[in-house]
Amino acid sequence: MALLQISEPGQATAPHEHRLAAGIDLGTTNSLVASVRSGVAETLPDEAGEHLLPSVVRYAAHESPVVGREALAAAVDDPLNTIASVKRLMGRGVADVKRTGSRLPYEFVAGSSGMPLLHTAGGDVSPVEVSAAILGQLKQRAEATLGGELQGVVITVPAYFDEAQRQATKDAGRLAGLNVLRLLNEPTAAAVAYGLDQGSEGVIAIYDLGGGTFDISILRLNKGVFEVLSTAGDTALGGDDMDHLVAGWLMQQAAIEDDAGHSQMRHLLQQARAAKEALSGAVSTGITVTRADGTTWSGNLTRAQFEELATPLVEKTLAPCRRALRDAGIRVQEVQAVVMVGGSTRVPLVRERVARFFAAEPMVDIDPDRVVAVGAAIQADMLVGNKPDDEMLLLDVIPLSLGLETMGGLTEKVIPRNATIPTARAQEFTTFKDGQTAMSLHVVQGERELVDDCRSLARFELRDIPPMVAGAARIRVTFQVDADGLLNVTAEEQTRGVKSSIEVKPSYGLSDSEIEAMLKASLAHAEDDRDARRLREEQVEADRVLEALHAALAADGEQLLDADERAAIDAAARALEEARNGTEYRAIKQAIEAVERASSAYVERRMNTTIRKAMAGHRVDEFKSS
Amino acid sequence: MRGEFQRLMPAACGQPADFLSGSYMAADSSTTHFELFGLPQSFEVDLGLLDTHYRELQRAVHPDRFVTASDQERRLSMQQATQINEGYQTLRDPLKRGRYLLELSGYRFDDQHHTTSDAVFLMEQMELREALAEVREADDPFGSLEVIMDRIARDIVALLMQLQDNFTVADSHSLEAAAEALMKMQFFRRLQEEVMDLEADLEDELA
Repeated sequence: MALLQISEPGQATAPHEHRLAAGIDLGTTNSLVASVRSGVAETLPDEAGEHLLPSVVRYAAHESPVVGREALAAAVDDPLNTIASVKRLMGRGVADVKRTGSRLPYEFVAGSSGMPLLHTAGGDVSPVEVSAAILGQLKQRAEATLGGELQGVVITVPAYFDEAQRQATKDAGRLAGLNVLRLLNEPTAAAVAYGLDQGSEGVIAIYDLGGGTFDISILRLNKGVFEVLSTAGDTALGGDDMDHLVAGWLMQQAAIEDDAGHSQMRHLLQQARAAKEALSGAVSTGITVTRADGTTWSGNLTRAQFEELATPLVEKTLAPCRRALRDAGIRVQEVQAVVMVGGSTRVPLVRERVARFFAAEPMVDIDPDRVVAVGAAIQADMLVGNKPDDEMLLLDVIPLSLGLETMGGLTEKVIPRNATIPTARAQEFTTFKDGQTAMSLHVVQGERELVDDCRSLARFELRDIPPMVAGAARIRVTFQVDADGLLNVTAEEQTRGVKSSIEVKPSYGLSDSEIEAMLKASLAHAEDDRDARRLREEQVEADRVLEALHAALAADGEQLLDADERAAIDAAARALEEARNGTEYRAIKQAIEAVERASSAYVERRMNTTIRKAMAGHRVDEFKSS
Repeated sequence: MRGEFQRLMPAACGQPADFLSGSYMAADSSTTHFELFGLPQSFEVDLGLLDTHYRELQRAVHPDRFVTASDQERRLSMQQATQINEGYQTLRDPLKRGRYLLELSGYRFDDQHHTTSDAVFLMEQMELREALAEVREADDPFGSLEVIMDRIARDIVALLMQLQDNFTVADSHSLEAAAEALMKMQFFRRLQEEVMDLEADLEDELA
C-alpha cells in the first residue's frame, strides 16, 4: 500500500527489508538479467561467468527445453528444433509470419487462436512459450545469484512494439512465473542507466539497433524526470538483417543456390555474423564456407565491401530518426547527446553515420549489450520500493496511434501516437442504420488511413442498443492505456447505459485461461508446497498492509478520519491481525480485502492530500525564491 | 460487418475520458485543470511553472509509485496520472487551452458548424495552399517550405495575441470572437501538419 507509506518530511521511515528485484532484457539475439546489489546495478553472470544468454531454445522429445549457449551450438545440426530470434514472432499472426517467415528456418503450424506455432520434436510451441523458457532460465540465474525468490521484475520491450507484441511479452513473463512489475521501453531503460550515472539535463536521443529491432527515442531529462517526447522505429530491422545481407553475398561468391537447406542457411548466417563482428575491429576478414556437398569456399570480406552492403540498412534507420525529431518538435541541433544501444551499434559504419546525423559524439561508455538490462534493474529496484525517497520518474509514450475502424474501412484515431501514458480518451459514435441494435467495434493500431494497413488488435461487439433512428444513439467508446502501454477498451450506450468492456487481447495472443492451464500443468505436482507458500505469502502481505496502515494512521488518522470511520478501520485491522496468526491463507486474503474496503475512503483522501501537498510545497518554494 | 457506425462529433482526436462521472470515482470532480496545476485561470500560462508543477504532480501520483499497492490505490493512481497528463496537454497547447477556457465559460465550441466569413483569412488560406501545392516544383523546395512555415507561424502569433485580449474581456462578443480565432488556428494547424508531412516525404525521397 504505497500511498499509505508516504511519510511526512523529516519523519524517519521505518527501515524495511530489501526486496529482490531484477531487470530483464529479453533480446532477439541475447538476453540478460541485472539487479541492484549494494546500490550498484549490474548484470548477473551464469556459473561459467557469461552475462549474455543466447536467446535460443532447443526442443527434444521427452526432455525439458535447453536454453542458451548449448542450444545455440546445436543450431546448425538441428535447425528445426532449435528456435532462435523468437522475438521477431512475438505477437504476430500466421499471416505476418508468412510474410517475413521465408527467412526463418522453422516449420510453422497454425495454432487455435491464429497464433503461429513452431513444430518441434518436443511438440508444437508458441513464441510466448519459447520466450517464457528464456525468461525462466534468467529467473533461475537471478534467484541462485541473489539467494532468494524474486519479488518482481521489469522486462524491457522495444519502444516501437505494438500492443500485441507487448501483451505477448507480458504473457511470457507470467508463464515463466514472474511477477512483471512493468514493461519498460528499451531506449528509456538505456537513458535511465546513463542518466542516473551522470545526472544529465537536456534533450538526448537514444539510438537502439538490436539484433532484430530498431528504436529511436527523444527524451528530455530534468531533475530525475525522464520524459519521452517521441519514439519511432522499425520492429523488423536489426543486425540480423546485416547478417542476411552478408550471407546473400557469400552465397553469390560461393555459388550456393538460393534453395539452400536449413542447415546450410544456419551455417552461412553464423559465418556472416562472425565476419560482421570481426569487421568492427579489423578492416578485412577471411571467411570459409562449406557447401552442401562438403566442398569449401574461402575468401575475404573487407570493411569497405561490408559497408557497401550495410549502408542501405543504416540509411533506413534515419527516416524514423527524422520523424521522431519532428514529432518531438525538436531540431537536430537541440539534441545534446546520442546514446548508442544494442550490439549492432558496435558496427563502425553505424556509429559514424549516427554521429554525422545528430552532429553529436555518440555515447558508448556503457556496454551497449548490457545497458538496457542495467536500466531495467534500476527501475525494478525502485518499483518494488527499495528506494522510497528516489526522485526518479519515467514518463513514457505510446509508439503508435490507437483507433477504431469506421465507415468505409477508414481508421478513426482515438489516441494519437506519442501520447504520454497513462492516458485515456473517449469518442462518441452513433448508429448508421435505423433500428440498429448492435455495433461491432474493431480496434486497430497504426498511422495509416486505411484499416487494412493498420494492425488489427481486437474486435468486439456492443449489443442491446435500444432501436432508434439512425444517428440517435450515443455510443461512447473509451480507450485507457496503462503505464505498461497496454490498452483497455470500454463501450457504453449513453441513453440506456448498455456497457461492454474488453481488455484488448490481441487476435493471436494467449487467452487468460490458456496461460492458467499452462501454469497449472507446470505446478500440478507441487500442490502441497503451493498451499504452504501461499500461506507464507499472505502472511507477509498482511504484515505489510498492517504496518503501512498503522504508520498512516499515526501520521494523519486524526485529521482525516472521524470517530466512526476510525473505529471501522481499527476493527478490520484487528480482524486481520487475528487471521494472520491462523493457518488459512484464504481467511487472511479476505481480511486484507476487508481492510482495503474499510480504508478505501481514507486512501482517497490521502491521495488528494498528496496532490495538494505536491502543489503547496511548490508555492512555498516559489514564494521564498522570489 | 465493417464499421457500421459513424463519428458523432468530429474533432482532432478523442475527447478527455470522463472519469469524473459514472462508475469511475475520482477525487474532486469539480477541480479545473488550472486549479489542479495551481495556475490562475487565464489564456496566458507560465509554461515553465506548468512544466514544474506537472513533474511534481506526476512524482506524487504516477503508477510507478504504486506498483505494489492495493488494487484500489493502483486504479486511483492511474486515473489521477491520466487526468494530470490530460490537463497538462490541454494547458500546454494554446488551441486546446483556448477551447477549454471556452468550455469553462459555458460556451459550446463546435467546429463542425463554426464557419468564418472573414474574406482576408479565406484568401490567405487559398494562397498558402497554392504555395504548398507548388513546393515540389520549386528550385529550393525546403526553402519554400520554410517561407510557408514562417508565414503560418506569424499568423498564429497574431491569433494568440487576439485570443489573449478576447479572454481578458470575456464577454459574449469576445468569446464569439475567440471561438472564431480558435477555428482559424485549427486551420493553420492542419496546414502546418501538411507542411511537415510534405517535408518528411521530401527528406525521405532525398535519403
